[in-house]
Parts: sequence; C-alpha cells; structure tokens
Amino acid sequence: MSNVEDAKQSAMNSPLELAPDSWAPGNGPDPLIQHNGGRIGASVSRVDGGPKVRGAAPFAAEFALDDMVYAALVFSTIAKGRIATLDTTVAEAAPGVVLVMTHRNAPRMRPMPLFGTSEKAAGADSLPIMQDDRVRWNGQAVAVVLAETREQADHAASMIRVTYETEPATTSFEQAKANGTETAHLFGHDVHIEIGDAEAALAAAHVSVDATYRTPYQNHNAIEPHATTVAWHSDELVMHDASQLVGHQAWSLAHIFGIEEEQVRVTAPYVGGAFGGKGLWSHQVLAAAAAKLADRPVRLALSREGVYRLVGGRARTEQRVAIGAGADGRFDAIIHTGTAVSGRDKAAPEAFAFPTQSSYAAGSFQIDVQLAYQDMVTNTTMRAPGEAVGSFAIESAVDEVAVALGMDPIELRIRNEPDNDPITGRPFSSRHLVEAWRAGAERFGWAKRNPTPGTVRDGEWLVGMGCAAATHLYVRQPGGAARITLTSDGNVTVDVAAHDAGMGTATAQGQVIAERLGLEPEQVSFRFADSRMPGLVAALGSSQTVTVGAAVAAAQRVLVAELLKLVGHDSPLAGLTTEQVGVLDGGLAKLDEPARHESYTSILAGAGRDEIAVEASAPPPVEMMNWSMHSYGAMFCEVRVNGVTGETRVSRFLGSMDCGRVLNPKTATSQFRGGIIMGLGLALTEQTHFDERKGRIMNPSLAEYHLPVHMDVPEIDVIWTGIPDPHTPMGARGIGELSITGTGAAIANAIFNATGKRIRDLPITPDKLM
Amino acid sequence: MIPFTYTRAGDAAEAVRLAGRGDVKYIGGGTNLVDLLRETIERPAALVDVTGLSSAIEPRGNGGLLIGAAVRNTALAEHRDVRTRYPVLARAVLAGASGQIRNMATVGGNILQRTRCAYFYDTEGSRCNKRSPGQGCDAIDGFNRTHAILGASSSCVATHPSDMCVALAALGATVHLEGADGARTVPLTDLHRLPADHPEIETVLEPGELITAVELPPLAAAARSTYRKVRDRASYAFALVSVAAALEVDNGRVKEVRLALGGVAHKPWRAWAAETALRDGPATTRAFRAAAQAELAAANPLPDNGFKIELAIRTITAVLGELAGSDA
Repeated sequence: MSNVEDAKQSAMNSPLELAPDSWAPGNGPDPLIQHNGGRIGASVSRVDGGPKVRGAAPFAAEFALDDMVYAALVFSTIAKGRIATLDTTVAEAAPGVVLVMTHRNAPRMRPMPLFGTSEKAAGADSLPIMQDDRVRWNGQAVAVVLAETREQADHAASMIRVTYETEPATTSFEQAKANGTETAHLFGHDVHIEIGDAEAALAAAHVSVDATYRTPYQNHNAIEPHATTVAWHSDELVMHDASQLVGHQAWSLAHIFGIEEEQVRVTAPYVGGAFGGKGLWSHQVLAAAAAKLADRPVRLALSREGVYRLVGGRARTEQRVAIGAGADGRFDAIIHTGTAVSGRDKAAPEAFAFPTQSSYAAGSFQIDVQLAYQDMVTNTTMRAPGEAVGSFAIESAVDEVAVALGMDPIELRIRNEPDNDPITGRPFSSRHLVEAWRAGAERFGWAKRNPTPGTVRDGEWLVGMGCAAATHLYVRQPGGAARITLTSDGNVTVDVAAHDAGMGTATAQGQVIAERLGLEPEQVSFRFADSRMPGLVAALGSSQTVTVGAAVAAAQRVLVAELLKLVGHDSPLAGLTTEQVGVLDGGLAKLDEPARHESYTSILAGAGRDEIAVEASAPPPVEMMNWSMHSYGAMFCEVRVNGVTGETRVSRFLGSMDCGRVLNPKTATSQFRGGIIMGLGLALTEQTHFDERKGRIMNPSLAEYHLPVHMDVPEIDVIWTGIPDPHTPMGARGIGELSITGTGAAIANAIFNATGKRIRDLPITPDKLM
Repeated sequence: MIPFTYTRAGDAAEAVRLAGRGDVKYIGGGTNLVDLLRETIERPAALVDVTGLSSAIEPRGNGGLLIGAAVRNTALAEHRDVRTRYPVLARAVLAGASGQIRNMATVGGNILQRTRCAYFYDTEGSRCNKRSPGQGCDAIDGFNRTHAILGASSSCVATHPSDMCVALAALGATVHLEGADGARTVPLTDLHRLPADHPEIETVLEPGELITAVELPPLAAAARSTYRKVRDRASYAFALVSVAAALEVDNGRVKEVRLALGGVAHKPWRAWAAETALRDGPATTRAFRAAAQAELAAANPLPDNGFKIELAIRTITAVLGELAGSDA
C-alpha cells in the first residue's frame, strides 16, 4: 500500500477533528490542511459547467420579469463642464419609449457610499449620479432611455441631443503630476516606507540599476458585459446583478435610496468574469432609479462600449525602481517609487510597490506611491491591483541586476530570499518560494538557457528565456459567516453570500464542505450570491476560499454542539462534548474511540427533527496580523521574437506555484492559466487608449483592445509545491490573482534574453523591438 | 441603429433595380455593415441583401478565375484553384478576421468594408471628415499608430482594413460592376480612392452601383506568391503592415514581380515603384531592400507610426527573399 493510500485508509477510519475556533498563534492548524478523505485535492469539474453549456444558467441580463422595460444610455462626450442643452423630445416620441430619465427628473439619491469607508460600502466612487447638470468625466451617463425593447431604447438614445459648456479638465498625466500628487493610502497606512538611507546605499553599491517603468491603462474585459435586472415591489428593491459583492451592494443601495438594508435584495447567481470590475457603479443605481421612475422592472445591459465609459479599469503607472547590490549579489538598497493615476476619491490606489514590500531582503528600503488626479472614469481594482504592474517593474529590475552582476537571475533571487518579512519583521506563515524556483527550473530546463542575450536564433526568430517571481497578499475577510442546514436525509445545504464569477468557488467549497462534514459530494449543496444569505464576502483579493472556509468551520462547531444536544441517552455519543468528537462517515464519532459513532440521519431521526439549521460567523482574521502571509510563484517563460518584424510569440510558459494546499487541481490550474494569459496580455498587447486631449477612451471594443487570442497563448504548464500553510483554513492561500503577477516581467526578461533589448514600457508591441 | 427596410434580391439586376439611386446600402455578410449600422455611422433607409448573387468560382477562357461577389471568404480561401494558382489570395483571406466572420463575409462586402479608425467609429465623441465631411480629423493629432503613411491627406489618415484586397491588388484583379447605366469593369487598384479632400468618397462606384464579381487574370508568377501580415497579436488584429507578393525568378533575375501593401494607405497599395525597380533586375536581398526603400520614399509618417516605414521595408525584403528562396 502506498503512503497516500495509507493516509487515506487511516483518514477513513479515524474521526476528523473540528477546526480550531481561532486562527491566532498557539492554536493547532486546521486538520484539513492534510486530511485526505478524497474530496479535497480531487480534480472536480466545475459544478456550474453543465448549466452554462446547456444555456440553463441565468445571468443578470437573462432574468425576464413581467412588464419589464429595457434601458439604453447616452454618454457624455466631454471630460468636465456642464450640460448646456439636453433635448429629449424626439426620443420621447420615438416608438416604444416609456420615458427618458435625465438629471431633470431622476429621483433624488445619495451618492454611492465609497468602498472602504465603512464596513458595507460598495461604491466605486462617491460622485453624484444624475443629480445635477455637471459632467465629471468623458463617458458619464447623461440620459437613460426606457423602452419596450432594447432596440427601441437604443434607437431613441441615438436621437437625444446634448450640448455642453466645457471647463478645463485634467486629462493628461503630465498635467496631473504637475498639479501635485498625494501619497496613496491603503489598509490604514500611507504607502510610504523608509528603512535606512536607500539613496546613499544605492550610490555606494557595487552595482546598481535605476530605471523608470511604465504601465498603461487597462480594462478588465470580462466576457459578460455588466448588466442588471431590477424591480421595485413597493419599497422593496430586488436586483439581479453581475456583481462580486452582493452584501455590500444591498446595504449601499439602501443607503442611496434611503431605505432599510432589509428592503434590498441583490443576487448574482452567475457572473461571467469579474476581475475586480464588478462592484457597484453608476449603471446599477441608474437602473434602480429608472425602475422607480417608471414603476416597472428594468433590464440594463451595458454594451461593451458602455462598460468602458462607466466602469473604470487599471490605472496607468510610472514607477522608478532602483536596486543597489554588492558583488555577492546581496541587495543593499531597494527603491520603488512613482505615481499612479487616480480618481478623486482615491478608493482603489494602484499600489504598485506591494511586491517590493515582501519579496527581498535588503539593507535599506525606500517605497512611495503617489497618486495623481485625472478627470476620467475612476480607476478600480483589476486582477492583482498593484502587484500585477508593480511586479513587472521590480522583477524586471532584479533581472537587470542579474545582468549587471553576470549572475543567474534565479540564484540572485534566492540569495536575497528574506528570513522574515523585510518591512514588518514578522515571520512568514509559510514561504517555500525557493522550492518553487528549484522545481520550476528543473522542469523548465532553465539550465539550457544561454545567458548571453541575442545569441539563440531559429531562422528569423530570436529565442530567449526569462523568469520572475510572483507574489500575492493573503487576505481573509472579516465578514465571513455561513448557515448550514442539515436535513433528515443526511444532506447539507450551506448558504454564504459569496460569489462565483467562474473561478470555481462553489465547486471547491462543495469539496471542502463534504470533507469537513464527512459527506459524499452529492450530499452537499453550496448556495451563494444572495444578499439575504449570511456573510459579507466580496469576491476580492483572492480571499473567498479561506473566508468561506473559516465561516463553514465556525458554523460546523455550532452544528456539532447542536447535534450533541439532540442525541439520545442511549446514543454512542451521549455525554460527549464538541471537543471530544470528530466527523466520520456521515456522522460524528468520539475522537479516540471511533466505534462510538452515530450518523447525522440517526441523530435527527432520534430527535424527531426534519432538519437542523445553524449559523455562525468566522473568528476574526488575526492570522494576518501575526504572520507575513502571501502566495508565491516562480514564473518561467520562453519567447521567440521575430528579428524582421519585432513580433513576440510566447512559446512556452511554466508557473511553479507555492500557494498552500490546492483544493481542486483542475480549477486551480485553470485559474493559474487564466492569470498567466492575462499577464501575457499585460506584457504584450493590452492597452486602453486614453486620448488625453479630450479625456476619452478610444478603443472601447474587443476588436481594438487587444486581449491575447488563442494563437497568442502557448501550452501553459503549472506545478505547485503543495505545502499547506499551517496558519490558514484548509492550509490554503489565495490563487486567483497570483499568476498575473510576475508573468509580465518573466516575458520582458525573456525578451531581453532573446534580443538584448530591455523594454520598460508596456505593452511590448512589435515597434518597440524593431 | 436607425430603422430601415430590408429586401432580398434574387440577382444583380433585381438588386440594382431595388436600390435605384436612393438611400440604399447593399448588404452581404454584414460583418462590417451591421457594426456601422449599430454605431449609426451608416443610416440607410433601406438594405438590399445581395447574398443571392453568384457565389460561384469559375474558370475563365483566358485561364483566369471569375469569383462571384457573394462567395464567402471561407469558400474563397478553400477553393483549390485559388490555393494552388493564387496562394497569396488564400493566405490573405485567412489572415483576416476570424473563422466565424470569414464564414459570413462575402467577397463584395470585403472590398467595400470601411476603415477601423477609432475616431471614425466614435460617432458622438470625435471629429471625422470621413463620417461627417468638413468636421475635421481627430486622428492626425491623436492615436495614429495604425494609420496611413502613404497617400494620406490633411483631411484623412485612415487605412483600408482589408487583407483580401491587398492580394487582389497584387494580382491585378478587375472588379465587375453593374449599375442603373449598365455593366462595367474597373481594376481593383482603381476602385478605391485616396482621401484627398473627400475621404467620405471611398470608391469610384456610382450611387446604386453593385459589385457582381471579381476577376483574376491568368498570372504564372502567382503560383509562387504569399501574404505576410504583421500585427499586434497573432490573430484577429488589423495589419500594422502587410505584404502581398508574387515573384518569378529566372536565372537569378526577376522575370515577374507583383507587390502590394496593406495597413499603410487609404486603399490597398500596389507598389508600382518597387515592381519597376525590381523587374529584370537581380533577385538579391540588396535589390529587394532597395526596391522597398524606393517604394517607401514617398512615405509621410505621423507622430506614432514612423516605425511602419522600416517595418514595411523589412517585411517586403523578407517576403521577396522567402519567395526567391534558393533562386536568390
């Protein structure tokens, strides 16, 4: 019998302990970090796959409500000023039109409560929405048409005439910087860190690099454009939305419309990708307002252009990275400073210095992120905010140091591996990046790389290899809560107001719940994305898996306690406490005496109960304050750059990840591949064309915003250390955003190895390599 | 989208009759026109569906091929005679769009597709002389990395987006037209206009005139021909520069050469100057590059697209070198 089978066998015979009731130091780990009951770790296909393929999955724009009308929007064409004239008469007379809503007749509403300003605030900005004649960005909605069909609404919208009085706007980055910048503020701190005298150490260093890296505006481009279907039932608002934070959104909508939180219900059963872009924006508020005005349900589905006009993306950055190193490669100084564009509210700063705050040991640090205000649709979180573009800069700079020293870039990184968090001094909860480097280098064939740039040629093509580190902060949200309903047939339903935008939340949670409760997977239903469910869990920060996992563990403790109250005097479990029992074979058993076992169905039958429902909140995420917690990766890339045309093709990619326990290899691999593909776009093709003359986005379409297409994407290999984190639920850490980090630099570094050209300005289009 | 009437024509004569000289657009696969309708750039009162025109690819007595205007792009690229005798055309078609779009798009519609200039498409927010004559051009001082370097004017710097047309230009194709005043033929290279002061007038077609077919002349040199498209991603992007070329080398000398460029001008750009420089000269890399430089001597770059000059020169040189192969 193999070791694995051994472990499995013993797992099946001995009860599984309950998770600790706190994640503070001193507690034991979650037994699920290594328990092998066959659920966790299985490559389970996504539970939403079938319904989606069959067209049976209702997305936000597919809820058909009685008497529903369709919305179309008119967008402003200036960046700043006021509406001078607004002629809606022709549109109002057009066929099928129910009404036209503008600032003149829109209901009075409070601005959106800005995300981060209170526990449940969801707003992407705090600007007034159609409450006055002011224009605050180019693309702002200035009119909403409701009509009996979508086509009639679109037609009527094209007949609305608007003229503007323009005012001077800040729409150029140079102007924005000249106007003065502010230090970014995140997680309660200014993003400004000084340890030692980094400039002096840089000047004195044996070798140094000092360069500016630039990353452009980018947009999320989820395949499902934002959409919402809303209905008022007297004073109650129901919104079926493409949302990644239903709980926050329900509270925020209540605030905006001056009603109670309980009067709003937001659902998002299926969401076609979110990536940080599907929070609360003006269009949901406008849909709800228009539905109120018309007293009819409204479906508002943004066109792709509409998404670009109303929903912000990733902000442009300009970053200085300077590193000074000794002859042995050890870093004496790391400087990572610069400026990102921001909306006025500065709610989602593109804090690019994140990766530098935990990646390397150094004698001194200088870190500073400034924000420069521009009049444009406010920027927001986009997959690995800060880390995706910041890792491009720092990981390119590390490669430049390796070149300057004539040292292998992997060895250089390992030489600067920190023992503790280099900024806070906290111990790492679990950091096995060196193992990831070693395993990745072996698998990728790194030893075959020719370190001399521009020397490997295959016909017209120059071939190169590059690498970079990936890193993403571990987050567990404080609002995790879950309800477990156990029925007399032994089945379990778990409700959490969490989200699955295609990343596999429900699939992985189904596995975890089955394993934690000792059930077969088909006995478990995981329901989510309804604001009336317990929990305040946004799909942000790659944090849902552990946030929900901790909540379910907490609810399980309550469930077990309740079940023990129900057991009869003659039950094998009679007289036992929660500390004495564990989970075994669809029931509970005494930890040290597994024969004392009673199934859930037997307990409920004995108590004459059809079901038992419990609800609990997860303990606070104190682990984040006690350890430095991150997921890591070692990214390897081979590129071919055409010597004639400058076209780049990524020919091989490997992500070697260290992300704690992998719950579902299939969905995890898919997440990693998706992140790497998005990183490939970041490196080579993606750029939102923001015309600084008028502050207008000029490529609001999938034809002209160049995401990677199939032919751009090579086979992507993914491996992981599989080392569980002893301080997290299930031993897992976040994986959703991890692999977009590092990827851009791995590609840029491979391009340098292929061509000898160091491109510090993304995206790396052919003209930059000619 | 503005409401319109829709009629399906059985043949060319019926289409021309239905169209009259009114505010009518012919629609083939609709892969570009429907976008333009949605953006309200095109606002015809009526559409006449011409997918019922000939979709045949027939040999001509002189050894050429006659391609019906309703032939789908996919069918054109798959046709045996096209693949073997005019490979440049099959490759050009396959370099464009996506499989789904090529299944819909017709030959006639492909020729008449309109520029993808972002300012042309931004109906409400930007100025464009092509969309609204006399309004001005926001591209000249805006994002113009993908715009024209040859034959542009102070009114318009847009490019023609077709790949297929670049191959047709190189092959010396003629376009068969039918209108209220009868039928005529026009060389493909004369069909599209340079923008000058009227970028809104893109072709020499009269109002109501209909493309019924494209004729490929017999061309021995085309058996060794190819198409190379340089773009920002591997597929589904318009050309930064593309090159259609056919080359016949005899004893180290250029016997026949055909060369056209895409992505550089308001029309598919036949490289007459380069052809003249090459014909009967040595088939060497040096000569290829010199000819390419001669063609691009007239280039007038914008702030963002100066790289296209060198890119075109390099790509022409590489393509001719590839076609010459061991004969070079």
